[in-house]
Order: sequence, then C-alpha cells, then structure tokens
Amino acid sequence: MSDSGTNSAPRVVGRDLTVVYHKRTVLDVGSVTIPAGKTYALLGSSGAGKSTLMRVLGMLERPSTGTVTFDDEVLDAGSLSTRRRIAAVFQKPHLMRGTVEDNVAYGLKLRGIHRDERARRVREQLERMGIPGWEKRSALTLSGGEAQRVALARALVLQPDLLLLDEPLSYLDPLLRRQLTVEFGELLANQHLTTLYVTHDRDEAVQVADHLGVMRDGQIVAEGAPDEVLALPSDVWVAEFLDAEMPSVGIVEQNDGGVLRIRCAGETAVLAEGELPVGEECIFGVRPEDIALSPVNGGTHRLGYNQLEARIIELRPNGSMVSVRLAAPGLRLGAAAARSTVRALGLCEGQPVMAEFAAGAVVTRKSPNSSSVS
Amino acid sequence: MGVYSTAVGDALRLLVSGSSEVYDIIWLSLQVSGTATLLACLVGIPIGYFLGISRFAGRGALIVLVNTAMGLPPVVVGLFVYMALSRSGPLGFMEILFTPPAMIIAQVMLATPLIAGVSTAAVASVSRELRIQVRALGASRLQEAIAVLKESRRGIFAAVIAGFGGVISEVGAVSMVGGAIQGATMVMTTAIQFDVRRGQFGLAMSWAMVLIGIVIVVNVVLTTMQNSGVTYER
Repeated sequence: MSDSGTNSAPRVVGRDLTVVYHKRTVLDVGSVTIPAGKTYALLGSSGAGKSTLMRVLGMLERPSTGTVTFDDEVLDAGSLSTRRRIAAVFQKPHLMRGTVEDNVAYGLKLRGIHRDERARRVREQLERMGIPGWEKRSALTLSGGEAQRVALARALVLQPDLLLLDEPLSYLDPLLRRQLTVEFGELLANQHLTTLYVTHDRDEAVQVADHLGVMRDGQIVAEGAPDEVLALPSDVWVAEFLDAEMPSVGIVEQNDGGVLRIRCAGETAVLAEGELPVGEECIFGVRPEDIALSPVNGGTHRLGYNQLEARIIELRPNGSMVSVRLAAPGLRLGAAAARSTVRALGLCEGQPVMAEFAAGAVVTRKSPNSSSVS
Repeated sequence: MGVYSTAVGDALRLLVSGSSEVYDIIWLSLQVSGTATLLACLVGIPIGYFLGISRFAGRGALIVLVNTAMGLPPVVVGLFVYMALSRSGPLGFMEILFTPPAMIIAQVMLATPLIAGVSTAAVASVSRELRIQVRALGASRLQEAIAVLKESRRGIFAAVIAGFGGVISEVGAVSMVGGAIQGATMVMTTAIQFDVRRGQFGLAMSWAMVLIGIVIVVNVVLTTMQNSGVTYER
C-alpha cells in the first residue's frame, strides 16, 4: 500500500504509552489496538488526551514511555521512513495557495515522486473520491467542505499504513458535517485503511467507527464495538458523556436458541440475543437510539421485540433530539426521541410510556461479579 | 530654503556626470552591506528558526539576549571589531583593519541580531498545527523548515529588509573599522559625513539621495518577493 512497501493495512498497537509535560502526566494508556483495516474512533471531551494519543500513535510525538507497533514491528518515532507510513488530516485543512493538484500532490512531492506519476496518482485519487476534474481548481476558491475533502485526498493519495483524522469536520457547519460524516464513513469503510479518527462528537464517532474508545484525563476509560460501548457504559461518567444509561443487572432465566430471557431484580423480563447460559448473572443495556417510545398500550406486539412499561424520570433537550431517561422495576433505560415524538406523545416527566426495542438491540455481557463459568 | 535647492541641483548634476568616483562609492556600499546582509541571513535565519520553533529552558533568556543585541549602537560594535582587528587584538594577525572585509564583519555583527530577532518572531507566529500537518504528510526536518520559512516569509523578508536597512544606513561602525579612506573604504554614509565636514552640501546631498533611492529599490524588490510564493491560506 504505502511507498515504504507494506502490502496490507497493519494492526496498530500502542503499549504502556505515557506522555508527561512539566511533571504532569497527560497520557497514560496501558494498551490500545487499532484492528487492521478498521476505523478506531477516539471520543472524549477537550483536553482528554485524544490528540496527544493520536500524535504518539502517528509518530508525530515521542511518548515519555511505551512503544507503538505495526503488525508487531516496533516503530521508531525519529525515523523519516516510519513517519512516511502515516498520513493525517487535521481540523483545519491547511491548504497551500495553488491548485487542488498542487495540494493533493504535496506529500508525493516531499517523497520525491516524479511529476507525471504524481499527476496520475492525484487524478486517480480524486476519481476514487468522486471529485474528478478538480485538479486545476484554485484551493482558495474551495468551500470549507470541499477544502476538507481535498485535505483527505492529500492524505489518502499517500496510501498510508495508518491514517489519522483529528476532528476533521469540527470546523464545518452542522449540515455539512452530517453529510461529510456519512461520506467519510463510507470512504473509510471502502478503503480498508487502518484509521484513527479523533472526535468529541458522539454521533460522528458512532457513524464512522468499527471500534470506539472513550478517553478521560489521559486514559481510555471505555473501549469496544460502538454498540457495546454505548449500551454498556463502563462507569457513570462514560454513561453521562455518551448520553446513555448505566447497564442493568439480571439473571438469564431462559435461552431459547440464542434468544435470552433476562429477569431483572424488579421482576421485569427482557428479551435479548446472546449466548449466555441459563442461571448466569449478566449486565445488559440498549443504545438510546434503538429504543422507540409509544403510548401505554398503544404499541403493537411484535415477535422478538421488548415492550416495557416504564416511567419517564427525566427529559433533557440534546441538540435536535431529546434524551429521555426511563425507569422500570429493576431497570433503567435511556432513549433518544425526536422533538416531534415528544410533542406528539405529550411526554413529560413522571408519565408512563411504552419502551420498545428489538431483542437484537440488547447488548449483554457476563456480569463482572458473576461466579459461574459461562 | 536656498541651501537645499542648491544642494539638490548639485546632487543631480553629480549623478548624471558619470563620475567613476561616485559610482565606485555606491558600488562599494552595496558590496559591503549586501555581503554583510547575506552573511547575517545565513547565521540569523537559522538562529531565528531554532528560537522560533524550539521549547527549552533558557530560550526566553536567549531571545532577550538577541533582542538586546538588536539595539546595539553601531559605534559600540565598531569599537569591539576595531579592538579585535587592531594589531594587538586577537584577530590582528588577519591585518584587515581599514579594509572592506573589516567593514563587512562589523556590519554582519550589526545585522545578525536584527535578522535573528525578527525571524524568531516570524517563525514563532507559524501555528504548531501547520508544522504538525507538514510533518504528518512526510516532510523531513529540512522540508519542514522550508515549509515553515515559506509560511513565515513575510516576517523573514521584513527581517532581511530591517537588516539591510540597518547596515546600509549606519555610519558608526564602518567609519571606525573602515576609516573612510577615499578610493578604498569610503561608503555613502561616511562620504556624507566627510562632505558635510568639508561644507560640500551638494555632494553630501547626492549621497543622501542615492542612499534613499537604493533603500527604496531594495525594499520594493524585497516587498514584491515577500508577497509572492507558496503559502498556506486556509
């Protein structure tokens, strides 16, 4: 793939990474793995250490301790050939005065690639990104979204082993941001590049990520598949940050061919898909966006769906949506409802409501307190 | 006002006369100050780059030192260089006192802090994000330095303009180490001083006009260069 000769996207692993500035530890990550050819989204608030971790994994900053490996090959941050296996896009596109071609070819030029070859690769990259014919456009006439597409093309044309995207859409307006999140997500999925995507936007992270990490105070405090991280927050802070509810605890009382019935402490039963044995204590949760709300007794029963009567304990506006916290006996759920739904159902705090979600949307895991062997 | 109009008239007559003495002095001035500025750039810009991008203990003290040196009086620099190049001085063996090389040395010492100081500010104004972006696209240290200097070229050219303007117009250092010897080390500023003492205001005015003209031309060229070239715009 890269000019350094690697043929497939590597698995990137950072181990025992710390960065200390003026005796203050700003990064302390025991282990982080970006699976080969996948997009790892690093989520966290400002100052959480996301960009520092990105710079360390991208060989743009030496850690105080720790190593970074590409497929078990330990990398040397001081080596130019190592750095040339990585490319990055930042918040600002940092385009030079000149044409789109000049800009997209910049990294190739730094590598001493011949002009004709540069032109060919730039043309092909622009075609792959669905923006053919942009070569001669002036970089100064591009809109914000177009400039960021060009910045991405400038990184992708290098065919890096590791692509770093540091809040690439944060300077754009919300509409463009949503459009480009979808576009970038599809592009990354199609290119099968090992990618680290840093953002503080939960929805953007979920849209692009195969794997999600949440950072706080320089540490990764939650990690896993997006469904798992969102449905089973590791602690209260993560739950609040992700606008989700802490997982509930229950006992598997039935396993019917992979469809579990989980009994909560308050006698509420939840259907879930999973492979836990009967009698196992487990934790489970549902992503807020997978829960639909309807009036009590108003929904239609569907096979494989949960219909639980719950009481609204909090309604909180959250951008274009409303976060709804729900309580049922032995169970807490968080739902994300459109403002129109809230208005149509006349939702208010204290009101009972039906929460509907598919068994397949319930994420389960053996309880950390469980003594049985699954 | 008559003294000024007479002097300007004399100056114009002198300049169009094609006197080789006049043009020798102009040429020597350009040679000495041009060479000194060039050498000061070779030393001052790297110092400015280093101080502009580095973060280390003592950096602040070094910047203060450079900024202080920017205000050194030319006559003081001339004194130090004179003492160093005099027969009993540490560089006396070179036997270059009262020669153009001695004048160049003195002017390099004057221009280097000016160029280093202004370059430091120019380089420091380039965002860290831009440097990281260039590095993240695979730039070597040299390629990164070139990109940063291109980005800060307005400030760098301002440094060169300040350096050249400072040395072409100073009189204290060149008169002390050059001696203002006619036909050997006389430059425009020392010529003005010399002719005023002789009451030759027309001659002195001609040097002043040429000096101002040269400074204008050089500034126009450098300013044009300052506003062209590659830059990161967004």
